[in-house]
Amino acid sequence: MEQILANGLYLGAQYALIALGLTLIFSLMNVLNFAHGQMYVFGGFVTYTVVAQWGLPFVVGLVASALILAVMGALIEVFLFRPVIRKSKRDESTMLLAAGIAFFLDAAILLLFGEKQRGVPKIVNGVFNWDFRLIMPYDRILIFVLAIALIVGFIALMQYSKTGRAMRALAQDRMAAQLMGVDVDRYSMIGFALGAMLAGLVGGLLVTITGINLGMGGPTSIKAFLMIMIGGAGVISGAIAGGFILGMMESVGLTVLAVYGDITYLVIFASLMVFLAFRPQGLMGKPWG
Amino acid sequence: MRRRSFLKTTALATVASFSLLGPAFAENPVLKIGFVGVTSGPAAAWGTSNQRSMEARAAWINETGGYDIGGTKYNVEIVSFDDQKDPKRAIAGMEQMAQAKIHYVVGPNVDDGAAAVRPVAEQNNIMYFPYAFPKELYTAPASNAILGMVANYQSGPAIYKHLMDNNGVKKVAFVAANESDPLTQRDSGAAVARELGLEVVSDSVTYQVDTTDFTPVLLPVLKTGPDLLVLSGVSPANAPQLIRSARELGYTGLISTETAQDAAVLAEGAGELANGFISVGGASTPELASDMMKEFVARYTKMFGEYNDESNTKVYALEYILATIAANPAAMDNVDAFKTTMDTFEAPNPYMVGDAKLKYVGDSSFGQKRQISVPLVVNVFKDGVFETMFVAQVD
Repeated sequence: MEQILANGLYLGAQYALIALGLTLIFSLMNVLNFAHGQMYVFGGFVTYTVVAQWGLPFVVGLVASALILAVMGALIEVFLFRPVIRKSKRDESTMLLAAGIAFFLDAAILLLFGEKQRGVPKIVNGVFNWDFRLIMPYDRILIFVLAIALIVGFIALMQYSKTGRAMRALAQDRMAAQLMGVDVDRYSMIGFALGAMLAGLVGGLLVTITGINLGMGGPTSIKAFLMIMIGGAGVISGAIAGGFILGMMESVGLTVLAVYGDITYLVIFASLMVFLAFRPQGLMGKPWG
Repeated sequence: MRRRSFLKTTALATVASFSLLGPAFAENPVLKIGFVGVTSGPAAAWGTSNQRSMEARAAWINETGGYDIGGTKYNVEIVSFDDQKDPKRAIAGMEQMAQAKIHYVVGPNVDDGAAAVRPVAEQNNIMYFPYAFPKELYTAPASNAILGMVANYQSGPAIYKHLMDNNGVKKVAFVAANESDPLTQRDSGAAVARELGLEVVSDSVTYQVDTTDFTPVLLPVLKTGPDLLVLSGVSPANAPQLIRSARELGYTGLISTETAQDAAVLAEGAGELANGFISVGGASTPELASDMMKEFVARYTKMFGEYNDESNTKVYALEYILATIAANPAAMDNVDAFKTTMDTFEAPNPYMVGDAKLKYVGDSSFGQKRQISVPLVVNVFKDGVFETMFVAQVD
């Protein structure tokens, strides 16, 4: 049982971090960023290049992933989403744009980083073993702690900084925020950059554990959407809750349902369909939007 | 005077440059060979290593004057199609090859794609070389598919027997991705293990290919206490993570797979935890590779920046196609002539040292020669490189 809980918490922390970026972008701009998974992959490859290819410390790789993805996010918002949102009132225009960016990033990643699975050496050696009741490698514990720290830092930023307050105001009511003097364009760009940066950071963190490959983008996006569906789209606390719930469901399912074959995600999807039928706005979302 | 000498010089230079460029104007006829496989998405590594092997070899042939078939030198052109691991797209790809009048195609890479293209290939006289294991593709009445590698039901018994005899393996567990190829390989592997007298302690645990934490997947498997953990049909992307998780959970037994892997990927993803991992490869290890193989690796690396060890096996399909057509030039656009030639075809294997031969095999597995003979080289990973564990021959 201890192992199942620890696995669930570890998975939940990384999932929550992935979902945070996606839900931030959705809350600020009403954009479903289908390219979020590809941004995660890009971040992983940047860390890989810096650490494994150039031999620089892991922390430099993480910072590089964060910066490059933040710049990428800002450019995507300014030059792609902003003109489309200005010219088109239809939600599907931004969805199609996001899908296009996902395909483009897939192709760019293949060209820049190749088709192979990549990984960086373990940043911490050794395994925590509590009498074989709980086994957890130290590097996973470190990644878990870093993920929690990033989540706390993100919440603090949103709660106590001027930028965070402006973004929350935008998320609550775009028009009212604009009338109160919030620079919508500026904070949309910052929000998108922050969302992309979070995706890049998770990619950079997990490249030390799971490695990274070209094909991880799509499934990562799907899991991120699952999490915000559970927690409620556009709600920060909902993304965190969704991440931990999905992580725990996956951990419990893989252990308890193992004898029945690979039905964990089948059960998760079925449960989600029933759940959404009763609560389409998710756990913490608002039914009016 | 000065003007006249300038004209003379110009005329001479023009004549000289045309005479120097002479051979370039006499271009070789082109022989097109197709590739239909997956070069994007999660399984991109499988098809990309195929495509790049073919392109590297074709460039080499073309650079050295072409491939001699019946006294004529042909340049080789690779026509590629990314099927995205989707059977519908694989069919579209094979139809495109038919429209381009291509008779020899390498791929597809997976079971459902290979099965899907069969009608198109047979209707359009295309011989194709899948990297897929279903026996019905290669047994009569099917006759246009030629297995491009060693199947797991051929390599599995050899590996298990070797480990039983040399490492005292008695209990084996299988874990596979929840996809058609790995599940098929798991089932046939478990059947073979039982036939050999091994106790199969676990063969029901599967995982999603996008799993990011294999600890919960492997826990119930390792609790059964296997001596050998078989990663059935594992992709190069998942292998390092599975090995790493198993070792971190305290598993000290053997780990093996019947698919080809890449040493660099294992080293990066699992480091020294991958030491002792057993996999199947081509003529990859230094003691087996011929000078031609070494030059192929060098050219591939120069062309694409990095070599992929999976290409040790995938270099062969194009070589077989060209060598068989060279043995019977009528096969150039007549697949019946190709099939006839296959029965007796034999040529030196240029990629291995010693007297290894290129020949078609498969009589024991399929009742007809519908498999290329590549060496069954069982490798063990150690400190970043593969070492040869043992070598066997199929058929």
